[in-house]
Amino acid sequence: MSEVREFKSSLSDANSRKFETFSYLPEMDAERTRRQVEYIVSHGWNPAVEHTEPENARSSYWYMWKLPMFGQTDVDTILREVQNCHNAYPGNHVRLIGYDNYAQSQGTSMVIYRGTA
Amino acid sequence: MSKAYSAGVKQYQESYWTPDYTPKDTDLLACFKIVAQEGVPREEAAAAVAAESSTGTWTTVWTDLLTDLEYYKGRAYAIEDVPGDDSAYYAMIAYPIDLFEEGSVVNVITSLVGNVFGFKAVRSLRLEDIRFPIAYVMTCNGPPHGIQVERDIFNKYGRAMLGCTIKPKLGLSAKNYGRAVYECLRGGLDLTKDDENVNSQPFMRWRQRFNYVIEAVNKAEDETGERKGHYLNVTAPTPEEMYKRAEYAKELGSRIIMHDYLTGGFCANTGLAQWCRENGMLLHIHRAMHAVIDRNPYHGMHFRVLTKLLRLSGGDHLHSGTVVGKLEGDRNATLGWIDLMRESYIKEDRSRGIFFDQDWGAMPGVFPVASGGIHVWHMPSLVSIFGDDACFQFGGGTLGHPWGNAAGASANRVALEACVEARNRGQNLEIEGKQILTSAAKHSPELTMAMETWKEITFDFDTVDKLDVAAQ
Repeated sequence: MSEVREFKSSLSDANSRKFETFSYLPEMDAERTRRQVEYIVSHGWNPAVEHTEPENARSSYWYMWKLPMFGQTDVDTILREVQNCHNAYPGNHVRLIGYDNYAQSQGTSMVIYRGTA
Repeated sequence: MSKAYSAGVKQYQESYWTPDYTPKDTDLLACFKIVAQEGVPREEAAAAVAAESSTGTWTTVWTDLLTDLEYYKGRAYAIEDVPGDDSAYYAMIAYPIDLFEEGSVVNVITSLVGNVFGFKAVRSLRLEDIRFPIAYVMTCNGPPHGIQVERDIFNKYGRAMLGCTIKPKLGLSAKNYGRAVYECLRGGLDLTKDDENVNSQPFMRWRQRFNYVIEAVNKAEDETGERKGHYLNVTAPTPEEMYKRAEYAKELGSRIIMHDYLTGGFCANTGLAQWCRENGMLLHIHRAMHAVIDRNPYHGMHFRVLTKLLRLSGGDHLHSGTVVGKLEGDRNATLGWIDLMRESYIKEDRSRGIFFDQDWGAMPGVFPVASGGIHVWHMPSLVSIFGDDACFQFGGGTLGHPWGNAAGASANRVALEACVEARNRGQNLEIEGKQILTSAAKHSPELTMAMETWKEITFDFDTVDKLDVAAQ
């Protein structure tokens, strides 16, 4: 049995802040992001991009990047909008949402670019 | 046409066995598994059950003639063999909707299983399923909020929720108990839970527990930036006391409370569910005592009946069993009642133990809660079987981590997210599970440690209550 380790996490360390689904995995890279976009499209969900300053991430409402891309199924177009949002707000969290209008909920939501705390 | 009064005992089947009857859309239908006393014909026993669970008594009474018993009576309308079992048979019984008070599972269950289980003509009796007509469903309050609203309240999308029951279930002081909660939540769990018998004992009174637990939830939220919750158990000796505890949980800002719906009772549960709807509070339901009612294949009520009763009475979560580590028959039965919790329309499917179509209309769904004996190695199967609309509760699988609760929580969260990501990529979790976890563990020493601690999964126990299937 190995030695007990400390669990590092604190109020004073902004890196302890998480942002829900996939935030306990390493930050998304291009290939992994593409596969998740394909997943959203394959479910017929409507992709949407949102962003926020990291310090305001706890709000239900982040800033919408334009409007949800209703009916958009082209993976490259969706990826480009995620990238455009990041380019415009490089210090912000950028998340990708799949709106499931049948369930009246979000089928999924994940942070693609992690902002700088 | 008026009839003359003739006193005496009649055969039940003269009035209550109606094989030509076509059930109405508004009828409440029930399937009973009957083992009759020797010498009692099937039709007579089925009719007796129909009579005793509706209008009948053992003898004719003159006041029968003051009403229209032909309209009000329950009717046995079909009898079926039980596959693989010659000793028992199914009796299908239809009840007119007028027999039941609107919005009252208390009244339904008092009628259907109130007296008849002690009835002499049958050796044993089990209520296998009830079809609630949509007309009746619409009179019930149902889950206070349901799956979609809970996702919005907790901000959890695209994955199952992760929870943990705090252990030891009895004996901790309130402050130490709050510590265990805080460690789980800061490590990455979404929810923690009072156990079913944590009420307000001398070693930890409810008010102190509520205070410390909410402090723990709040600090973990500030620390992680994520929304967290703890099911504060408000089950109490009296309804008045239950509501007092619920009100205090609300005052502290808790998002969710819990209730033991079987020991607390359907009356208390339905009232509490309505209070939760009124007060924007989510309601977690524990099923303590269910096995007393549902485990014996020849007696009591099947869990799918208890599931339907809870969805009507009201609850946002209900313990469902874990499926993993059990036999195939049990797996199908569990999938059946998970559908009954979550879906809006469930078709008859005998391979899953579903005897009737069930239409829930607009009634919200209930999160199934998989809890008990699960750890990180089960995660691929859990994600594969339950999908996202579920809550996985790792008690020992969180608290038993060699580095403590926070590390255990983190390991579970990493494992869950890795499995969800892999599933979304199209990987088969039940086949590639080991490789997915191993790969995720490269970035998580906590997960590595958890995988070493719980190396093997063994499924040693046969299930007592199997689906009725023909002998192989």
